[in-house]
Amino acid sequence: MRALPVGDHALLIEVASGEEAQALHAELLRRRATGEFTATEIVPAARTVLLDGLDAPSRLAGRLASWEVPPVPARAEDIVEIRVHYDGPDLADVAAHWGVAEDEVARIHAAAVFRVAFCGFAPGFGYLTGLPREVPRRATPRTAVPAGSVGLAGPYTGVYPRSSPGGWQLIGRTDAVLWDHTRDPAALLRPGVRVRFIPMGAP
Amino acid sequence: MTDGALVVVRAGALTTVQDRGRPGHAHLGVPRSGVLDAPAAALVNRLVGNHADAAVLETTLNGCSVRPRSTVTVAVGGAPCPVTVDGRPAAWGAALRVPGGALLDLGPVRSGVRGYLAVSGGVAVEPVLGSRSTDLLSGLGPAPLTDGTVLPLGPPAAPRARVDVVPHPAPPAALVLRVTRGPRDDWFTAAALRTFTSHPYTVSAASNRIGLRTEGPALERAVAGELPSEGMVLGGVQVPPDGRPVVFLADHPTTGGYPVIAVVHPADLPAAAQAAPGTPVRFVAVRHQG
Repeated sequence: MRALPVGDHALLIEVASGEEAQALHAELLRRRATGEFTATEIVPAARTVLLDGLDAPSRLAGRLASWEVPPVPARAEDIVEIRVHYDGPDLADVAAHWGVAEDEVARIHAAAVFRVAFCGFAPGFGYLTGLPREVPRRATPRTAVPAGSVGLAGPYTGVYPRSSPGGWQLIGRTDAVLWDHTRDPAALLRPGVRVRFIPMGAP
Repeated sequence: MTDGALVVVRAGALTTVQDRGRPGHAHLGVPRSGVLDAPAAALVNRLVGNHADAAVLETTLNGCSVRPRSTVTVAVGGAPCPVTVDGRPAAWGAALRVPGGALLDLGPVRSGVRGYLAVSGGVAVEPVLGSRSTDLLSGLGPAPLTDGTVLPLGPPAAPRARVDVVPHPAPPAALVLRVTRGPRDDWFTAAALRTFTSHPYTVSAASNRIGLRTEGPALERAVAGELPSEGMVLGGVQVPPDGRPVVFLADHPTTGGYPVIAVVHPADLPAAAQAAPGTPVRFVAVRHQG
């Protein structure tokens, strides 16, 4: 674990893996809740957690080294189920990358249990880990990906909260509302939430 | 319903509703947003007796015109500009009574970029995640104003502040930005680090509320490839593949994959928001305090 100063009020804590980043994020939330430190933002990402709005970053950085960070618990609760029509335009490409039949893609994807590792790109856009396989991004991004599209990129699965440009490989679509600022919580997929995708019949 | 309203007659190049933004939601991918020149916005709010959280209008280069439906107190600040009420010259940087139905015009800026208009009661559009700010990156908050937009106003809060003369820093002829190194300064060559804090850059016309873009020598990377996505802060100086530093402003993305070479001191960001395209920029290295 390495703590890098970011200006005078933030720390970027770098760890060795995505799993460690998720575990550290959970531990930081727990310790902030006890009042051990204050921060306006705790932002997990691929291999880091950013703490912003700290009073004394160097003091916290000094204490981090002695922390015991427990692994992320595999809790049974808190599973969000997202119903998906696996009929995306990139199913054939993904199947080719994996060397499987096209209808196997849905089976493989729906068998995994995901966890929201972090959010970014757009409000409510979660980067979900848990899929045992990877695919590269599309060589040419699409200028408009419809809201509700379920896509893959690298080790991540994501669901587009609204229509936007995007380079992920689209394997399906959902009617689930990923982001609604009038709802509490506004984001369906928040860091730490576990997710399962449920295949729906053909349209 | 009995509170006032403001009719936008001329929206200008880019006029948005802004308050102090919506920090605390970056983990959901929500930018902080909010006024770019916070001291200027705080001052105009104070002049009309508003709470510091009240929403103001932030204009860009060529001002805007509005018509209040009932009599209001307003104040114009930020980038200096001519102010008129029904065509007659009026004070900039001071509280001003505008009768209901009169046309208040903020003209083109004389210097700087962003003007601020506070109206007694504040702009009372529906808040989103606790803020009325327009976020141009994510689309949260009200859309940028267009001609004909009607903005609701809140109830005037308090008797207005008795301030006769207001200090207003002139927008900078040259921008000096103090920076602390890192977190990803080790992704750049020693020569690039020297260039960054010794060679003058200029403000690019491609700058916006997301970032102050610069033109100048490209900063060469010592590490190839892309950084796994990581959290970004206000004032972070990100270096995209073209090598020209970008200073993140209020609507910056919450995560990114290009390395951040340094972070600008927060006290220098209001001046960055007022630096017009072509303004020389110098990055000056200072040590971490904290």
